[in-house]
Amino acid sequence: MSPSADRALDLQNGAEPLHEPGLAVHVEDLTVSYHEKPVLFDIDLNVPPGVMCAVVGPNGAGKSTLIKSILGLVKPTSGHITLHGLSYREVRSRVGYVPQRSTVDWDFPTTVLDVVTMGLYGRLGWFKRPGRHERRKAEEALRLVGMEDFARRQISQLSGGQQQRVFLARALVQEADVYFLDEPMAGVDATTERAIVKILGRLRDAGKTVIVVHHDLQTVTTYFDWLVLLNVRVIAQGPVQETYTAENLRAAYGGQIALLDRGAPAE
Amino acid sequence: MLAAALENIPLMIVATGALVGIAAALPGTFLVLRGSSLLSDAISHSIVLGIVLVWMMSGAQSGPLQLIGAAVTGLATVFLTELVAGTGRVKNDAAIGLVFPALFSIGVLLLNVYARDVHIDQHTVLLGEIGFVWLDTVALGAYEVPRSLLSMGAMCAINLVFVVLLFKELKLATFDRALAAALGFMPGLLFYALLALTSATAVAAFDAVGAVLFIAFVIVPPSAAYLLTDRLSLMLLLSAAIATLSSIAGYVVAVLFDVSIGGMMAVMTGLFLLLAFLFGPRYGIIAQALRRRRAATVTPA
Repeated sequence: MSPSADRALDLQNGAEPLHEPGLAVHVEDLTVSYHEKPVLFDIDLNVPPGVMCAVVGPNGAGKSTLIKSILGLVKPTSGHITLHGLSYREVRSRVGYVPQRSTVDWDFPTTVLDVVTMGLYGRLGWFKRPGRHERRKAEEALRLVGMEDFARRQISQLSGGQQQRVFLARALVQEADVYFLDEPMAGVDATTERAIVKILGRLRDAGKTVIVVHHDLQTVTTYFDWLVLLNVRVIAQGPVQETYTAENLRAAYGGQIALLDRGAPAE
Repeated sequence: MLAAALENIPLMIVATGALVGIAAALPGTFLVLRGSSLLSDAISHSIVLGIVLVWMMSGAQSGPLQLIGAAVTGLATVFLTELVAGTGRVKNDAAIGLVFPALFSIGVLLLNVYARDVHIDQHTVLLGEIGFVWLDTVALGAYEVPRSLLSMGAMCAINLVFVVLLFKELKLATFDRALAAALGFMPGLLFYALLALTSATAVAAFDAVGAVLFIAFVIVPPSAAYLLTDRLSLMLLLSAAIATLSSIAGYVVAVLFDVSIGGMMAVMTGLFLLLAFLFGPRYGIIAQALRRRRAATVTPA
């Protein structure tokens, strides 16, 4: 269905044409089930534009599922989601996505430059081939992540950190307003982690919204200014200073105190 | 000259084999990369049921109706597999193993009951007989063209157009399904289209090479090409080249030793895989051993 038809249907059903246009991400009553077991339950979420937001929670909290639902990759049981007040279909070209590194086959016969160019496929649309313009954009993005010397490399020759930089470059070429990154700092070296944080910070400073599934509680306060604590339900959300409390963390992580000992703030 | 070529029996056999190989290797490349190559096994068996059903309903043993029937049966196979796997009670590979023998056996039973005296029989279904493709011809203008050559040429052209037109979309959907979906490229639909074409190709190839040899053409040339290159476009080209070489070499060797031509063509795909495995420039075990030794001499212990 075309975006305008989508909108027309909304109007027909008596829904308001715009939902919270002032919010980068707005989620209402979202429930997602897998084999009849809820993975996400009754999620209400509001993320303002221009923040760097961490989505944090224990394993199986539904962090990836939340992002996939927002991007229409997972079909929710119920719920309503808008990005800058519009449905995902309508703003697809303004949204960048970095899936978990482990979800793709790094032995796939392709080069670094080619993978980065894939970020421009959405803008190209069906059937159209990438050309010189796309190649130049991809090379530029590779420079931003410090991987320009690897453009011609086969992707299986990259280290974990390099793979993650390539994925980040692929999202950068999308020139989006809202970025979703699923565990971009998982299993990367310290240099890469610093580089990623720096680039994401620059995006935020340019007014973009950056939403990151993050696994390391210790770095939440240094890297991020907005926090969503998740464990099937939303435990807390808001500015990091207000939400990153021992009480909230305990509510999210329950008995997994070992995690908290290192990362949690004093009470 | 064309008439002379069409009279040339060895050329017709080799050309048919090559067309089967190329038509199979094109979708096969994406199936192998996606880790779904065994679906071609499932499809090429379960479409026996489709062939029998279409024949019972329409009387057509081949032709467009059979191709469409095969595409539908192939999709039904995959759909049922995903349905069984989707219950969460059975793993995906086991689901494949549950669905296709059921459909295949129903097809074979129907053959036994209703089609004892008809041309389609189990032997043809499994192995085909490429040596006789020149016997069954259709008139095309002034020329008598082998039916298999015509149908395989058509399938080859259709698959080629599909892969060339949707190269970028297929690449993204195979490499990163999540991003493909997020960008709106409908990877699920693309995958189903790919499997529909694989099914149609399988049924078109039946007369010539049968189910089992078709599977060899889907899986083996792309697997060999995978060991030889780092570029998807080159992998497609090399797959097609290996399939062509296999049918030429297969024919020559089969005639030399007086054995099954189709069978020898499949053996040749295996031989090329072995060669790629041994001598491939980057992933071949010899090249890797040499690299290891060089690395060992450069860095003193």
